[in-house]
Amino acid sequence: MKRFLLFLPLLVAIIVGAFLFAGIGKDPTKLDSALVGKPVPVFSLKSLKQPEATLDESLFQGEVTLLNVWGTWCPACRDEHADLMWLAQERKVPIIGLNYKDNRDDALVWLDRLGDPYRTVIYDPKGTLGFDLGVYGAPETFVIDASGVVRYRHVGVVNVEVWEQILLPVITKARGNG
Amino acid sequence: MLRIMCFLLAILASGITSADVSAVYGFASRSEEQRYQNLIAELRCPKCQNQNIADSNSPISKDMRNAVYQMMQEGASNDEIVESLVGRFGEFVKYKPDLDSRTFVLWATPAIAVLGGLLVVAGVVVRSRRAGTAAPALSADEQARIEKMLAEKNRNGKA
Repeated sequence: MKRFLLFLPLLVAIIVGAFLFAGIGKDPTKLDSALVGKPVPVFSLKSLKQPEATLDESLFQGEVTLLNVWGTWCPACRDEHADLMWLAQERKVPIIGLNYKDNRDDALVWLDRLGDPYRTVIYDPKGTLGFDLGVYGAPETFVIDASGVVRYRHVGVVNVEVWEQILLPVITKARGNG
Repeated sequence: MLRIMCFLLAILASGITSADVSAVYGFASRSEEQRYQNLIAELRCPKCQNQNIADSNSPISKDMRNAVYQMMQEGASNDEIVESLVGRFGEFVKYKPDLDSRTFVLWATPAIAVLGGLLVVAGVVVRSRRAGTAAPALSADEQARIEKMLAEKNRNGKA
């Protein structure tokens, strides 16, 4: 019994150590989306590129798409823009943009100057759809399957590494099941 | 004259802005306002992670405060308001998570710590009691020997 008690601190240290070790490398600022497994929220917003057209959640029916949340006020969105262009042009990934809390003129100038990787852009100046999607900081990128269900949410910049290691596997899986 | 006019204008303008700020959220009663304050104090900002949405200046906290206020005006209960935000931003926004299989250890830790402490105290008490009773009483023979030794020591001390 006494012998056993001597090993107790070691045992406690191992348990606590294992617990803490599991937390190393996790980025606490990246939260799992509450919407994974749920359909894209109901919305009705104007298109950025055709101001007279109204878009709704049926936009996401039919094929696996990326939904990229961006704004011209967001420096990290500028960083990932070239990679989005690459995804759209080289990899033929359908990307739908959500122009979040921005104004139309600035956004159109941005797309004109930097190129337009988006198939369609939803114009959300008040951030209502962004709020319903649980967007807490642009850029965020959602993987949405062919039936309009959110499969994954990536917080932060999309680049080649993120694409290959995170998004592509999720998309491949979504395509397989959809 | 111009100076006075400027001064008055400045006062007028400041009056307008401050009235504007307090008019953002109007409450029907004191208790409703308190309910709002309690709600925003226990909701966590997903962007600036160690602040509640009452303290945070981030745009997302502002949106969340707006949503809380709007839902209150529409007559939603506290649970409905919190659940609606959790449905968007996840369990993370609750400073008090629900008790379920994932959070069980978190909630149980204080109880486990107290229980562990009680066990240690109980162990110490039991052991010291046992040590007290287990001390062997001296036999009459030993008692006589001790007294003899003490007497001898006293004598030596005096000498």
